[in-house]
Amino acid sequence: MALAFDEYGRPFIIIKEQEQKTRLRGLDAQKANISAGRSVARILRTSLGPKGMDKMLSSPDGDVTITNDGATILEQMDVDNQIAKLMVELSRSQDYEIGDGTTGVVVMAGSLLEQAEKLLERGIHPIRIAEGYELASRIAVEHLERIAHKFEFGENNIESLVQTCMTTLSSKIVNRCKRQLAEISVKAVLAVADLERKDVNLDLIKVDGKVGGKLEDTELIYGIVVDKDMSHPQMPKQIQDANIAILTCPFEPPKPKTKHKVDIDTVEKFEALRRQEHQYFDDMVQQCKDVGATLVICQWGFDDEANHLLMHRNLPAVRWVGGVELELIAIATGGRIVPRFQELTAEKLGKAGLVREKSFGTTKDRMLYIEHCANSRAVTVFIRGGNKMMIEETKRSIHDALCVARNLIRNNSIVYGGGSAEIACSIAVEAAADRYPGVEQYAIRAFADALDAIPMALAENSGLQPIETLSAVKSQQIKENNPHCGIDCNDVGTTDMREQNVFETLIGKQQQVLLATQVVKMILKIDDVISAAEF
Amino acid sequence: MAIERILKDDASEEKGERARMASFVGAMAIADLVKTTLGPKGMDKILQSTGRGQTVTVTNDGATILKSLHIDNPAAKVLVDISKVQDDEVGDGTTSVVVLAGELLREAEKLVASKIHPMTIIAGFRMAAECAREALLKKVVDNKANEEKFKTDLMKIAKTTLSSKILSQDKEHFAKLAVDAVLRLKGSTNLESIQIIKKPGGSLKDSFLDEGFILDKKIGIGQPKRIENANILVANTAMDTDKVKIYGARVRVDSMAKVADIEAAEKQKMREKVDKILAHGINCFVNRQLIYNFPEELFANAGVLAIEHADFDGIERLALVTGGEIASTFDNPESVKLGHCKLIEEIMIGEDKLIKFSGVEMGQACTVVLRGASHHVLDEAERSLHDALCVLSQTVNDSRVLFGGGWPEMVMAKAVDELARTTPGKRSHAIEAFSRALVAIPTTIADNAGLDSAELVARLRAEHNKEDSNAGIDVISGSVGDMSELGISEAFKVKQAVLLSATEAAEMILRVDEIITCAPRRREDRM
Repeated sequence: MALAFDEYGRPFIIIKEQEQKTRLRGLDAQKANISAGRSVARILRTSLGPKGMDKMLSSPDGDVTITNDGATILEQMDVDNQIAKLMVELSRSQDYEIGDGTTGVVVMAGSLLEQAEKLLERGIHPIRIAEGYELASRIAVEHLERIAHKFEFGENNIESLVQTCMTTLSSKIVNRCKRQLAEISVKAVLAVADLERKDVNLDLIKVDGKVGGKLEDTELIYGIVVDKDMSHPQMPKQIQDANIAILTCPFEPPKPKTKHKVDIDTVEKFEALRRQEHQYFDDMVQQCKDVGATLVICQWGFDDEANHLLMHRNLPAVRWVGGVELELIAIATGGRIVPRFQELTAEKLGKAGLVREKSFGTTKDRMLYIEHCANSRAVTVFIRGGNKMMIEETKRSIHDALCVARNLIRNNSIVYGGGSAEIACSIAVEAAADRYPGVEQYAIRAFADALDAIPMALAENSGLQPIETLSAVKSQQIKENNPHCGIDCNDVGTTDMREQNVFETLIGKQQQVLLATQVVKMILKIDDVISAAEF
Repeated sequence: MAIERILKDDASEEKGERARMASFVGAMAIADLVKTTLGPKGMDKILQSTGRGQTVTVTNDGATILKSLHIDNPAAKVLVDISKVQDDEVGDGTTSVVVLAGELLREAEKLVASKIHPMTIIAGFRMAAECAREALLKKVVDNKANEEKFKTDLMKIAKTTLSSKILSQDKEHFAKLAVDAVLRLKGSTNLESIQIIKKPGGSLKDSFLDEGFILDKKIGIGQPKRIENANILVANTAMDTDKVKIYGARVRVDSMAKVADIEAAEKQKMREKVDKILAHGINCFVNRQLIYNFPEELFANAGVLAIEHADFDGIERLALVTGGEIASTFDNPESVKLGHCKLIEEIMIGEDKLIKFSGVEMGQACTVVLRGASHHVLDEAERSLHDALCVLSQTVNDSRVLFGGGWPEMVMAKAVDELARTTPGKRSHAIEAFSRALVAIPTTIADNAGLDSAELVARLRAEHNKEDSNAGIDVISGSVGDMSELGISEAFKVKQAVLLSATEAAEMILRVDEIITCAPRRREDRM
């Protein structure tokens, strides 16, 4: 323990209540941290690749999640260890930045840590290892750039985008209809993409699901689906060419924000107030009617009286629509959100070709479809599936696919998947290592070894002999000078990933390498862990 | 250096074989639990709630049983969820789906034990499920065009569904009842418009379908008990004191006289409202909200029947049957659509007085009155009828029909078996296993009926090897019978949903190789 003595031999107390705290220093601390990081990576290792397995997570409230999305697993895992938390952060940041490859990044970090441990045992200073890793990661990223391909796509030529999304989806449970879901994702992204600015606002894609039916019934709707129904049971269920008034004010008498009181002390005042109130409701409905609205979508509720008046005047209405949905509806229909009845004008109405109510199953579930909108820049992916967990997992998978499609629109460079990019980098890093004098050389070599972990895990999960397969593919890459050879996970018969159409995005891969290296460097630099005593 | 704990203290982690075993065992336990309720000779379960009153439910509806269980095993929860979805989506087959998923997992466990990778099993299951669906699609009968035949189809389906429930004694009666009710809906699947009223007393046979509409309410005192050619105003409005809704308004007076004045004004206001309502030319007024004595008296004076406190569903249904609209303002009587019916009268069922609206215009809604010896019987009868109604309403939309009694399973098993023979590779083991799991359903039906299942299923299989066999298990005579003669039919939609969601669930559970359970949230200990 940290104990110092002054010149008279009395001990200083440096850390408060230090005898109650556990403290690890030096090599022990590093090894403990490394082993924590590795055990997180070990959990995710089996989820990698098209033959990866799922994890079942049971939350504190007993809800069950079944997934193989790395970020989701780690997020729900109830992690306590500080270093393990760093790994969780790592996969989360990959999720935020790229959206895909959340499992791969953790596995890579885990194997980098594993290699670092060996070097530490040989007495290499952690900072030198970290520096070596940094150099190596730069080489790897540059090499990725070199082996990357650009591919062309356009509004009508989406095949290559679909193929990339299919690679992402093939590791999920939904791979049964990956083609269909990949097409849906690509079409959804292209519908909202701004191809000139090369940007996609994923907020415009609403992913919604309802249990029942089968996965094949999942559809892309060029419009908005809202989980609401008409406010009055007798309002029409279908409206053609709707003019939609989007309101954020309730169909109720106003509540002025200034404090006020209306005192009623005579019969006349009572009567007057009654008439006024009546007038007020009438005016509200009339104002909507006057501007030519044929459908009212309101963020708030309305009174029975207002409801009936609307019904009476043949003005269908939807109430209690959430703020986010309201915004999406406004974007899709090209309308403006109107906060006051007085400000309602004909130009502010949204236009939709068809609004219809659709009911599901035997329960009274109804949803409102708003389709053929003036501006089809907001779309909905509507997922059906056999049970709740399936829907949730499909949502996550679609999210990943959407992210991949978006990344491709931002940057249309791709690398080949199936571990081929990692193997190519590993060869490049290995070759570069010899040029570096000094201790870093060892760290760089270790980095190359660590890169092999991903194809190794892929092969292992696919039931192949990991070492044999990896060495065969590696020698093939060097012999043929072809960086597209990868692990043949699906037993197709060729190791050339170009023929198998397995793509991944360049930025996704680069990000994986960079993020994993960063976290590992951070973990290596820790040499002292002080933790409070257990209570 | 020991590996530190990664997870929180109470969280647990199970890996590989152990995890798979935990989920298999959990799922199979659930399947075995409901297995005995399958088929016409299936047994019921008593469920006792832990809540106050310890209410008891007797049922053989799979979804109801599973819903009320407290389950800790995550894989079991998946099965409970599919049965719930099946209930919401098609209404029937809630037990079958769980049993099939359980059997699939049981077969999968054997394959895993003989070192076949779960992913290979899943691939095989998928092929098998697709093939089974194709086989069913080839055999479906669609009688949508022929109304007469379609109706007999519906009758058969209703009878088949009901035969496994408490209503099996009177299935003829109830099947007719359910078919009539569903046909009245004219293709809508909104079962809300079929009202089920339960009244203890009498026997199940005394249950009846009423063409019109029965409202479980009493007629106000001093008001007419019988109205012919009624004009009905269905309303949702406050008939107590109509509050001024403008915010911040309040009554402040400085003398007693003024209080009296305002009270009089309020009374006047109510009187005006009643007058306005009466101006619609009605002789029956139904309100969702309370009607106070004062307006009630006014209505009675005008000879108008006023009914208060009809619940929201009741109001909606009433509006649906009588063709009126639900009104909340009464200023323009000429444009409000009134409901009409030939006769309103008070009727007695058992000891209760109810109001009956007969001779209604639209006739899209109807009422089923269930009679029975006890509340438990009535509750179970309602669930059974609900199942039948769900299936029928789905069949009206998707009119493809199959035979029942284990016939579809045998057809699927045969097709899947053939696929297994032509598929090279390890997947064929999984496909074969799938067909074994399918056969488990007729086996269970026979077992539950106390028949020699091995013998029967073998005979069934032989029978099915002939072309176009209609053979299925005839539980009543305990032999293999011709399903078309026995009139046992099932809806294609139900079978398809069973097949697909059971496969999906089995696949989901198979893919798992690790279970991580978070620490249960601690509840505050109340002293």
